[in-house]
Amino acid sequence: MRIQTQYPLFSSSVAAGFPSPAHDYVEQSLDLNELCIKHPTATFFVKVQGDSMVDAGISSGDILVVDRSLQAAHGDIVVAAVDGEFTVKQLQLRPVVQLIPRNPAFRAITIHHDSELNLFGVVTCVVKKLK
Amino acid sequence: MTASLFALVDCNNFYASCERLFRPDLQGKPIVVLSNNDGCVVARSLEAKQLGIKMAVPVYQVMDLIRAHNIAVFSSNYALYADISNRVMSTLEQMVPRVEVYSIDEAFLDLSRLDKCQDIAELATEIRQRIQQWIGISVCVGIGPSKTLAKLANYAAKKYPMTQGVVDLRTTERQRRLMALTPIDEVWGIGRKIAQRLKLMGIHTALQLADTPPKLIRDSFSVIVERTVHELNGIACNDIQQVVATKQQIVSSRSFGERITQFTAMQQAINDYTCRACEKLRAEGQLARTLSVFIRTSYFTEHQPKYSQVLTGNLAYPSDDTRDFIALAQRLLSRLWRDGYAYAKAGVMLGDFYAPGVFQLGLFDEVKPQPKSKELMKLLDSVNHSGKAKIQFAGQGLNADWCMKRGQLSPRYTTQWTHIPTVK
Repeated sequence: MRIQTQYPLFSSSVAAGFPSPAHDYVEQSLDLNELCIKHPTATFFVKVQGDSMVDAGISSGDILVVDRSLQAAHGDIVVAAVDGEFTVKQLQLRPVVQLIPRNPAFRAITIHHDSELNLFGVVTCVVKKLK
Repeated sequence: MTASLFALVDCNNFYASCERLFRPDLQGKPIVVLSNNDGCVVARSLEAKQLGIKMAVPVYQVMDLIRAHNIAVFSSNYALYADISNRVMSTLEQMVPRVEVYSIDEAFLDLSRLDKCQDIAELATEIRQRIQQWIGISVCVGIGPSKTLAKLANYAAKKYPMTQGVVDLRTTERQRRLMALTPIDEVWGIGRKIAQRLKLMGIHTALQLADTPPKLIRDSFSVIVERTVHELNGIACNDIQQVVATKQQIVSSRSFGERITQFTAMQQAINDYTCRACEKLRAEGQLARTLSVFIRTSYFTEHQPKYSQVLTGNLAYPSDDTRDFIALAQRLLSRLWRDGYAYAKAGVMLGDFYAPGVFQLGLFDEVKPQPKSKELMKLLDSVNHSGKAKIQFAGQGLNADWCMKRGQLSPRYTTQWTHIPTVK
């Protein structure tokens, strides 16, 4: 479940052809995990199916990074269980609790009782593959 | 010296809870998980327990119940359980400094000295809430001055819903009240046979055992049971084990998906088990000198000829080279094999362990370890652990009918990109 690719970051450009003193200045490796995952033990990946969130930049086939350790707030993109299925929507807490799709072709899901709101976690990153 | 304090954290219905994690449609529905080869029930959700499904019952005996109540049935998904377990244990390690992973779904925590700076009851509630929220697994927490009492507290936290999943046995008064209610069989370390003998002596509850003179228990049983008496009285005799004792043997065996009747299929199976055992041996940094091979027919099919045999052989020198053990295993197997039987199970066991560098080769020994063995095995393990490719011995075979039968296996939701859950 880890993205293991690491890219070294050099603090100066390196001339080809002879050993460069710049090699001494490799400062770190950039790790995508560090950027995308704050709580590894609470983080899960899910895959999007459908277009209900296209206006929020989430399309079918994208992979979402979901952090269960975060307390969901008004306006967060969340994964929730509705009618026995996982769905990704924007959480609205005011004035009424709703799961809002970000595509005019879809209808909002109204949550009548707090007990009906079954949140899986908060979406923190979208992984979009272009190739 | 400060007094000891332990907690036992135990996941509720762990395998069934893992299966439900990514199946919101199974919320509140009964679930059972089956053993290797889908033979017996090894885990049940609360709902399945309430329907009267017993632990370890063969699945065919409860087929009617399963159909009548539409119980969800899963094969054991070890990859999923191991990943979820690892998340639970890492989360615990982030919260307390000393954690002993006791099994896939249980851990002892050392809380000694922590009570000086933290409210222990609050910590226990926080542990429970965090694992529920972060991972989606519910746990119970038992607290006590010894591991045995922590375990007992956990038993109570599970048994009595009113406790909200946390039982704190720091006071003697509470310890004695719970022990009076607890049958002797539920005490950690008291097996069925010892429990029977204790009952003959008139000891039926944990409290009666705690009040029995330790010396009497040592004389009638053993030092180990005597320690249990001390532990029930709040005197810690077992500390957190952070270093696992070296194993004295490694077993690799399994029931076959389909019965094996052909010698070549059995050769493949035995080679495969030998490779796995050797991989474990190297992972533990040990050398072994003996190998046993066993094969047997089913114990359960009537009117079929039965055969069960084991053979053990020695290498000239302790080794961790898969090639040495495969050669030995095949020699043993050809002597064990009898045509005409339908074999149900086979396995290998490595024994007679040595630490590297201990064994002296004889000056005139004709058999010498294979050259470059270490390098080759290291390469083999590193490729096989990389997850990118697999190197195997030709003798392990490619088509494996004898593989485990796991007909109801759920996706590897957390360990394979192609298996992650979908959201709409």
